[in-house]
Amino acid sequence: MIELSLCHAYADLALDLAFRSDARTLALFGDSGAGKTSVLNAIAGLLTPQSGRIALDGECLIDTAQGICVPVAQRRIGYVFQDGRLFAHLNVRRNLLYGTDARNPQSGIEFATIVDLLELNSLLERRPLTLSGGERQRVAIGRALLSHPRALLLDEPLTGLHAQARKQVLDYLRRLKRELRVFTVLVTHQADEVGALADEVVRLSAGRIVRQMPIAQFVARRVASAASSRSESG
Amino acid sequence: MTALAPDEWQALALSLRVGLLSVIGALPFALGLAWLLSRKRFPGRLLLEALLFLPLILPPVVTGYALLALFGTHGPLGRALDSIGIVVAFRWTGAVIAAAVMGFPLLVLSIRVAFDNVDRRLEAAAETLGAGAWRRFTTIVLPLSLRGIAAGCVLAFARAFGEFGATISFVSNIPGETRTLPIAIYELLNTPGGMPGVHRLAIVSLIVAFAAAAGAAVIAAGAPWRRSHRD
Repeated sequence: MIELSLCHAYADLALDLAFRSDARTLALFGDSGAGKTSVLNAIAGLLTPQSGRIALDGECLIDTAQGICVPVAQRRIGYVFQDGRLFAHLNVRRNLLYGTDARNPQSGIEFATIVDLLELNSLLERRPLTLSGGERQRVAIGRALLSHPRALLLDEPLTGLHAQARKQVLDYLRRLKRELRVFTVLVTHQADEVGALADEVVRLSAGRIVRQMPIAQFVARRVASAASSRSESG
Repeated sequence: MTALAPDEWQALALSLRVGLLSVIGALPFALGLAWLLSRKRFPGRLLLEALLFLPLILPPVVTGYALLALFGTHGPLGRALDSIGIVVAFRWTGAVIAAAVMGFPLLVLSIRVAFDNVDRRLEAAAETLGAGAWRRFTTIVLPLSLRGIAAGCVLAFARAFGEFGATISFVSNIPGETRTLPIAIYELLNTPGGMPGVHRLAIVSLIVAFAAAAGAAVIAAGAPWRRSHRD
């Protein structure tokens, strides 16, 4: 479960939002510049909000009122960045094991499990710059999962991929959701990704929450909206 | 060209030793200072940068005099070292210190540029994976800065190998102890019949300088992971 409230003012955007969710996969949905990635950064600790509180499963990550701020490295948040951010000087195997080596977990998802689920076996000895976009994102997802995270943050993981790679990575994400029980926050501006992966949706616009709804309601609204557009144009 | 005379070999060997040891000795300090200047904002940072540039701007003889004032037997550091049985003034170890001081700004500047060029977003990614500051430095920042560090080492070595003014002021010209290659050339220039020796040592200097430049070019050619096989 996530409980989040935060206020943070940029020069061109003021974030002011609060929500809580018990969903296994929560989507932050909205247009570019809505503040979605800033919310992920605040959860990961890469952004310290001017005020706010974030707790995961009851454990406080930051509470500005009480002066609590868990360091980024100790938050156990697996973050899949939009651009992958693989380490170019390490091969895929070393990239995958980077978080495992840093945290040295006694339990958690095993290397072999992730390599099988994401079909990374043939890529293990390759360097990131020799991988395709879809392969890079699969490695980034695997690396995040192997860091023994209590939550997985996916920042537009399919953006920039061509149609075939996008479908492929989406299938892998579905498979991960089915087989691993990791709380996930997905940031996207694509409704089909929300429909395919999320259990609940928080819609953002200009740094504020427009609506929070279960996935069934989100899909129903999209269907109704599409039908209405078709009847107007017809 | 005839072979080098024994005292010329001695000067060459001393210069190589001084050059190598000055870089090895200065490197940990240069890494620390470059990281501080690249990553931290603190009061007095500009003053520290100005101090760092001093050996590049000051006449080398003045730097040598300052080293003598500090490390001489009556200097504050010289007395402290003397109390534990270490004397550096007029010793080859003093030549290493002089060379290290003169090459230090080049070393720090090269490494700092390399650190500045490391994508901070990669460090942030490593941090989310559980890496603390030391692990991020050793596994991300250092490997991705290796070319800059190596280039800085080559530059600092070249500067140390050719060091003259600060060395002769600080440790003088003692055959077999502090007479480095440039000092030997200067000595031969002022010695009747010394020109053949000057020519020999000048050619040796040229070879070492060329090797250093070639080393820098190889380093600049790039690391294997930068070569992409696919877009």
